[in-house]
Amino acid sequence: MSLRHDPPARVLIVGATSAIAGETAKEFARNGAHLFLTGRNAGRLTAVADDLRVRGAAGVETAVLDAADVATQSPAIEAAFATLGEIDVVLVAHGTLPDQERCQEQVEETVKALQVNFTGTIALLTLIANRLQAQRHGCLAVIGSVAGSRGRRTNYVYGAAKGGVEIFLQGLRSRLFPCNVTVLTIKPGFVDTPMTAGLKKNLLYADAGRIGRGIHRAIVRRKDVVYLPWFWRPIMGVLTSLPEIVLKRLPI
Amino acid sequence: MHPHQSWGRYPRAEHTGVVPVLWRSDPPALSEVSGKLLPFAYGRSYGDSCLNAGGALLDVSGLRRFISFDEARGVLRCEAGVTLAEVLALIVPRGWFVPVVPGTKRVSVAGAIANDVHGKNHHRAGTFGAHVTCFELLRSTGERLLCSPERNVELFRATIGGLGLTGLILWAEFRLKRIPGARITMDRIRFSCLSEFYQLSRDDQEYEYTVAWIDCLARGRALGRGLFLRGDHVAGGGGAQYEDGPAISVPVDLPSGFIGRATTRFFNTVYYHAQLRNRQRRTLFYEPFFFPLDGIGAWNRLYGEKGFLQYQCVTGEDSESAVVDLLEQVARSGEAPALAVLKRFGRIPSPGMLSFPRPGVTLAIDFAMRGSSTLKLLDRLDRIVAQAGGAVYPAKDARMSGPSFQRFFPKWESFASQIDPKFSSSFWRRVSAA
Repeated sequence: MSLRHDPPARVLIVGATSAIAGETAKEFARNGAHLFLTGRNAGRLTAVADDLRVRGAAGVETAVLDAADVATQSPAIEAAFATLGEIDVVLVAHGTLPDQERCQEQVEETVKALQVNFTGTIALLTLIANRLQAQRHGCLAVIGSVAGSRGRRTNYVYGAAKGGVEIFLQGLRSRLFPCNVTVLTIKPGFVDTPMTAGLKKNLLYADAGRIGRGIHRAIVRRKDVVYLPWFWRPIMGVLTSLPEIVLKRLPI
Repeated sequence: MHPHQSWGRYPRAEHTGVVPVLWRSDPPALSEVSGKLLPFAYGRSYGDSCLNAGGALLDVSGLRRFISFDEARGVLRCEAGVTLAEVLALIVPRGWFVPVVPGTKRVSVAGAIANDVHGKNHHRAGTFGAHVTCFELLRSTGERLLCSPERNVELFRATIGGLGLTGLILWAEFRLKRIPGARITMDRIRFSCLSEFYQLSRDDQEYEYTVAWIDCLARGRALGRGLFLRGDHVAGGGGAQYEDGPAISVPVDLPSGFIGRATTRFFNTVYYHAQLRNRQRRTLFYEPFFFPLDGIGAWNRLYGEKGFLQYQCVTGEDSESAVVDLLEQVARSGEAPALAVLKRFGRIPSPGMLSFPRPGVTLAIDFAMRGSSTLKLLDRLDRIVAQAGGAVYPAKDARMSGPSFQRFFPKWESFASQIDPKFSSSFWRRVSAA
């Protein structure tokens, strides 16, 4: 099949200045996609957009969107659909990694973390899901986390937000299935990115490029759930099957 | 995730901090970082020019985006931390090549400028810096200066080959060259002594790329024997496959004595005699021609945890006797030299004040680090180089003395006036000392 006969994929990325989103976007750009990027910082969006144009994107547009601020979402999403017409792939990649200890001490920190990683995401997904349902095709790919599979003492605020989003996606997947829309839950493990810059690295850390290629592949193959790298699926299989009576005694 | 050490892993340095630089639109406020600063990308400098013991590093590996590619004119603009590997993966399938590539593609563009790197085509193309059209330099005052042959000329000339001391390069633009395809036609010619090398290298102008491997343990009449490689770009190999990482990697440090005289002698003898005829011609993909060692990840681990030193010097144009002296010292020394490379530099000047290449023959030899005996040998080599009016390459150096450096680089004082006062390196503190 010649690529020339295929119209370029139209891709919307929310949180496009994140390292994982950037790496995924490179895969789409290499394949000549037309991209619409949103993020909080206009200067950074420009840097990402320039890069994707050089790498082969058919076109790149940008708009400023703060996922934590629900009021900015609708205009940016409207602009994306107005620019691209219909959208084949939406990647929702924004997020922050809150400091668990500060969240425990300060209610405001916890609420802020949930605002970005849960409430804002849910609002966004609601908007986008309705558009995709109306156009009756497309893929909605959302970055969750292995942290969302099981609450752990070291990371449960972030885990609760991601876990909540993943349950929302399960329902959304069933709802959109009859409309030919795929919902992909992406569950990365530890990734070496600016978000994790302050953490001590170990052998489980993966390079963002590897995760980006994995996301692109999962989207193309219309997967429902993907663990990246793959070895997190068995690890989480073990972790989720541990009874509470054991887990609560573990220092993880 | 990479440790902030140099490629030779000697000396080791403790840094007070590593500041990631992620966005050219909002770089960190350099004046607020405590201590002296030095840019760092992938640690491919061999010695201590990329180290800043007791100070901080500015890690530019996050500045890894392209900015523009003028495919008609062959001009590429990209951020500081983009690697030559990424540049080649982008441009080779479109019929362009980097005008000057060093022996590894895993270096950053800013590092190629800061070390004013050279390649197998120095005799025809000069250094990397000669192809740089402009770059943006962030000074610790927060000033962002566009430097080019027309604007901020002194800073432009100081930054090319300036070892990262003049400020932080945020992005750079350089010219590319047209190629007919991704393949190289290569002649490999055996030569039995040094004067044969000199004879072969007289024809350099007829070939785009030339370099020689030599058996640094051969002595007497065989002194300086080796294999002469020369090549040119040819058509074919079109949709060049880009491999992301090396095919194999050295997973752990080998024992420090692994590369010794016995292993080197064995390897050198086998390699020298491996081809049956004295002349061999073949066509190959550009990667193994330019970057044979990139196929093995972390090959520096072969030298063990004590690390190794690469000694690279250049001697004057009629310098055969100096090269003979150098090779004799090495062969006699009892040290463990491994890979040795010889190449004739051309006369194309670099804009860089501290640029290393100059007309003459350059010799590069890897030495397993064995402590003071290794360092003493290199001091003896320095004296031969100084007498021949040559120089030692800072990008490879971990030990030359201040007086030697100042003799090798007579423009060092005008260079020093362009240094950003907040920037320094282990190398610079050593060689600028009286």
